[in-house]
Amino acid sequence: MLVVVAVAVLVISAPLRRRGGREAAGAAERADLEAARDAKYAEIRDAEMDYRTGKLSEADWRALDRQLRREAVELLHRLDELA
Amino acid sequence: MALAGPICLAAALAICLYGIGASLYGARAGRREYVASGRRSVYALAGVLAVAMAILQAAFVRSDFSFELVATHSSSTTPLFYRLTAVWSSQEGSLLLWVLLLALWSSGILFLTRRRLREVAPYATAVLLGFGAFFCGLLVFLESPFTTLAAAPAEGSGLNPLLRHPSMMIHPPMLYSGYTLFAVPFAFAIGALVTRRLGPEWIRATRPFTLAAWFMLGIGIVLGARWSYMELGWGGYWAWDPVENASLMPWLTGTAFLHSVMIQEKRGMLKVWNVSLVLATGVLAILGTFLVRSGILESIHAFGASTLGIPFLVLIGLMIGGSIALVASRSASLRSEHRLDSLLSREAAFLLNNLVLVALCFVVFWGTFFPLITEALGNEQSFGPPTFNRIVTPLALILVLLSGIGPLIAWRRATVANLRRNFALPAGAAALVLAALVAAGVTGSVRALLMFTFAGFVLAAIGQELWRGVRARRAMSRDSVPAALVALVRRNRRRYGGYTVHVGIAVLFVGVAASSAFQDQRLVELRPGQTERIDGYAVTYERPTSRLVAASNGRLERIDLGARLRVRRGDGAVQTLDTYKSYFPSTSPGLGPVSRFFEGEATTEVGLRAGVRRDLWTAVAPSIDRLLPRIEQGDKVFADATELSEADRGAFLAEALRGLSRSYADSPPPATFRLIVSPLVTWIWLGALIVFAGAAIALSPAGARARRPATAAGLARVARELERA
Repeated sequence: MLVVVAVAVLVISAPLRRRGGREAAGAAERADLEAARDAKYAEIRDAEMDYRTGKLSEADWRALDRQLRREAVELLHRLDELA
Repeated sequence: MALAGPICLAAALAICLYGIGASLYGARAGRREYVASGRRSVYALAGVLAVAMAILQAAFVRSDFSFELVATHSSSTTPLFYRLTAVWSSQEGSLLLWVLLLALWSSGILFLTRRRLREVAPYATAVLLGFGAFFCGLLVFLESPFTTLAAAPAEGSGLNPLLRHPSMMIHPPMLYSGYTLFAVPFAFAIGALVTRRLGPEWIRATRPFTLAAWFMLGIGIVLGARWSYMELGWGGYWAWDPVENASLMPWLTGTAFLHSVMIQEKRGMLKVWNVSLVLATGVLAILGTFLVRSGILESIHAFGASTLGIPFLVLIGLMIGGSIALVASRSASLRSEHRLDSLLSREAAFLLNNLVLVALCFVVFWGTFFPLITEALGNEQSFGPPTFNRIVTPLALILVLLSGIGPLIAWRRATVANLRRNFALPAGAAALVLAALVAAGVTGSVRALLMFTFAGFVLAAIGQELWRGVRARRAMSRDSVPAALVALVRRNRRRYGGYTVHVGIAVLFVGVAASSAFQDQRLVELRPGQTERIDGYAVTYERPTSRLVAASNGRLERIDLGARLRVRRGDGAVQTLDTYKSYFPSTSPGLGPVSRFFEGEATTEVGLRAGVRRDLWTAVAPSIDRLLPRIEQGDKVFADATELSEADRGAFLAEALRGLSRSYADSPPPATFRLIVSPLVTWIWLGALIVFAGAAIALSPAGARARRPATAAGLARVARELERA
């Protein structure tokens, strides 16, 4: 039983025995933007799927697609600024 | 070994408390090493609790009756398979399973997000460890599974016979996995609210766990329904029992969240609604755990009276109060980024679906607690299955219809012309189903008729979607139809996994509607040779059956008294069904050596003829009245035979029971039979399998190939558009 407790202590204390670092600034914002970018790409693909399966007319899809791409580009710009 | 278990539990509690402190300190001070140490506390918690569970399982396998839990929930005649599952038949063992699963699932997500969600994860870790500390505290201070007895009894009380069903191996772990997995998005939602990091990342990271929770809780619910159908001897699969309801509520709000979160991912809308749904689902998961354990509501699935009610109420109060305070204080960060473009959009359909699901949850909640509320007001009233069915059925009809409408509407805005084009075939198919059913005379239940019609609409809608998707895919790739279908689903797992779930739901509800509306049920008394006719079947009581069943150690486990039935269908086909009642011996010291075999727990094994069109379900209730004088006489003989050795007593007892068994078979009294013909019950299990297959498709990770367009080709296309703009 002592072995179990000792292993648990070793596992938990391992990071404390190393020198830790501070959080890089902007990491969380970048992660959010990357998630938003991936969601936007998914939305672009979904819109195309909606067009191909007859739920959007070609004109509606092209307008929506242009808008979504513009939003995606905006996200890319913001990601570039962070980099 | 007696001390090893309690030491593990105490260590687990200490680990939880340390991990909470380390995570919060690391997050506040920006010290990553403490955050990592807090995260590793969850891994260590899982390890220590796994050792505790192994110790308990080993005690059950060894039939070590010095452990009170083993003595009261197992016996030497309990088969090994059920000795392993007996651990979670008890309050204490199931609490240990609950917290072990929580630690395992929490370890999974914290490991996967160890390099992401750096601000949110420490707070989520603290919340998850907070749940861990709560349950470990219960195990250490109130309900220890490792309590030992001063003198170990020679034999245990045995496992409740009702729990001797193969699904009991999987049902509780699945339910608890669902509950504990729902704690994960709850914890991350709290973390996101605390840190105001309410962007899409925490949702993206926790969404698979929410889907996994929904998937596993769903499997748990269906296994419970199957157990009820096969084991409880009443022929039904859902009784609106409080514990059944408790598992259904988080599943309903979880379903709502899985739909509405797509709107937030795509449009940045419904942030307050989504975070509230996640928090409510977490609270309902704990409420479900509370209902099973507090003993406040009567249920065949509950653990009975206990002292756990107050601690659970405190926890639930904290969760509700904290959630409301956090959402209210973060209202500015939860503002929607867009507005609904049109009522003719998939977003609007999803919103309606959410309202129906939440309304369903509210009805179930109200119906579950209504007896308690009225009792507190001094006039206890019940909210029985007829009331539930009357309110829930219209909502279920709308839900099924919406599961067909949603996939047909485009995101953002649909035009009337698009709607006309997409709805024509499914509406036509639904009209055809309705006309065919009316022509066939299936008019006995308007609600069932509507359900079949709506299901027809759903199946046609999804079929049309698949066909159009395959056609579009083939236009680009020139694949064969099967290859195009596989490629289509692989590239759009979430979409087509979801559509598959909708198909399964429609099939499942057809089964529910048919078996509820058109069931034929009889309770008859038959003598051997007599026949009862029911819904095209002639059921003949051919002969009585009886047998003594010994355990692997040679001791008598149970006595089965039953009947062999010969079933003849209208087309002349003949089948034999066996149904029996199993009598398990009682350990009550006040009973005689013979009568204890007939005064203990008893279960009914049903004789079932399951088919795609209908099930014939049979259960016997043998009468043992004629045996009672001989049972009493046997008790008296053994009471007088004080000079007999233990071995001789055992041999004589076995002979006496064999004689009773033979006597029942040789001169059987009339037996009472419950005969039920239910149409399309198999569709319920089939529908559930389709639902789970769909969830598995949606859960399967997208490979690098599926992601490539979003990163490489997609990026290039977006860049080209930029140049043009």
